[in-house]
Amino acid sequence: MSKPKVAFYWCASCGGCEETVVDLAEDILGVVEKVDIVLWPVAMDFKYADIEAMPDQSITATLLNGAIRSTEQEEMARLLRRKSQFLIAYGACAHTGGIPGLANQFSREQILAFNYELAPTVVNEGKTRPLMESTDQGHALHLAGLHNVVRTLDQVVDVDYYVPGCPPTPKLTRMAVTALLEGKLPPKGSVIAPDHALCDECSRKDTKPDKWDFTEFIRPHRKLMDEKCFLAQGVVCMGPATRAGCEAACTGGGMPCTGCFGATSRVRDQGAKILSALCSNIEAKDEAAIEATLGSIPDPVGTFYRYGLAGSILRRKINLPADEKG
Amino acid sequence: MTNDWNPRIVAFFCNWCTYTAADLAGVSRLKYASNVCVIRLMCSGRVDPQFVLDALAKGADGVLIGGCHPSDCHYVEGNYKCLRRFQLLKRIVQDMGIEEERLRLEWISAAEGAKVKTVINEMSETIRRLGPLGIPGKVESWDREMEQFAAGIEAGESSAEPCGQHAGIREATHV
Repeated sequence: MSKPKVAFYWCASCGGCEETVVDLAEDILGVVEKVDIVLWPVAMDFKYADIEAMPDQSITATLLNGAIRSTEQEEMARLLRRKSQFLIAYGACAHTGGIPGLANQFSREQILAFNYELAPTVVNEGKTRPLMESTDQGHALHLAGLHNVVRTLDQVVDVDYYVPGCPPTPKLTRMAVTALLEGKLPPKGSVIAPDHALCDECSRKDTKPDKWDFTEFIRPHRKLMDEKCFLAQGVVCMGPATRAGCEAACTGGGMPCTGCFGATSRVRDQGAKILSALCSNIEAKDEAAIEATLGSIPDPVGTFYRYGLAGSILRRKINLPADEKG
Repeated sequence: MTNDWNPRIVAFFCNWCTYTAADLAGVSRLKYASNVCVIRLMCSGRVDPQFVLDALAKGADGVLIGGCHPSDCHYVEGNYKCLRRFQLLKRIVQDMGIEEERLRLEWISAAEGAKVKTVINEMSETIRRLGPLGIPGKVESWDREMEQFAAGIEAGESSAEPCGQHAGIREATHV
């Protein structure tokens, strides 16, 4: 019997998810022994045409990381969906939009204008922008187009499983790959990680008070942290609204949780939930004093939806144009 | 905006004060704008910010929350929790491009039937002035870029062209 075929692909992502696959270290040899890798652009040389030539559903599983924001990414997502039995949204960007999802606060024109003209480090007197079609010395060049909206993978194609995290841990990756190879799969649509809040596995859990009484939120760079619960120290920590599974790597390493694992299955909108948790524990009772306390959270969207804006209830700043052609 | 457009407002009223006040407005035969859909909750503290966002995302033009006056909460603290969440939620909603007047929080005691009428009428007028929010339609228009693109791929599928050369990509000319 031939070995199951596996593909890795990256879309709007930083490459950190690819790192995690490499972080499997010698375990990757075990995986490579059991599967045939048919696509992995970051590490191996395959052509897209080879994938297109494969029969539909002939890839057992595709682990796709990154959000979908260009025509090329969307096309590959659709192609790999068609060719794969299981499509796995791998990492925060494919799962909930990730950092690229924050671009949903800006229009396509704002993004292009900043990156190609207005950014202080850019020198572009001709105001040149990339063209989808151009010719150079007689050669026709094609580039992918940028969509107006950044999307999670499941907003584009049907997704079977999610492996959360920015990036997912090697342990979760191993769990997902083992489940696939042994056919011990959870129900379709599952997030392959525990379904409880991060606080449950945090080493600081014992110092989490029952009630917080915030008078000010302190940003991590302002304070030398001690070993106590970050929230008890007045630092915004996304732990209560974030799924466990990372083994509290950040809080264990002295940084508050920023929420990359997304919410648990009972929560639809991670940002709304952490807002709820933090605000209800503010000490003040009158509007002015509450406002003063809340003033210490300068960017609530960027803080509470750092990895989840594209997949949140509102998805995108709603008064932005839908069909801007830059 | 057409003249026959009626705003849709979702109202979350607390069982002990505002909902009772709305009942009182009813038995007192006070007339108020009919475009409010009232949902009774046990406490304004039960208003999960997700409910508000969900109402807006599903087509509400505004959300009204009614609770007991400060220090009158049946559960002691619920209305304060609601107020604090409301203040930050308003900021988030504004950052996401929604006018803050589309959200309103009012303390209305069980005896204030007339205030229910005033608040609902006022809010109805405010939202009428702002016009429809229409998030479902906006989301639909955002996703049109994908539908167009998918149609392009399907049209070019049989030709097995290399990636990036399908009809869908060719259609647009400029990044």
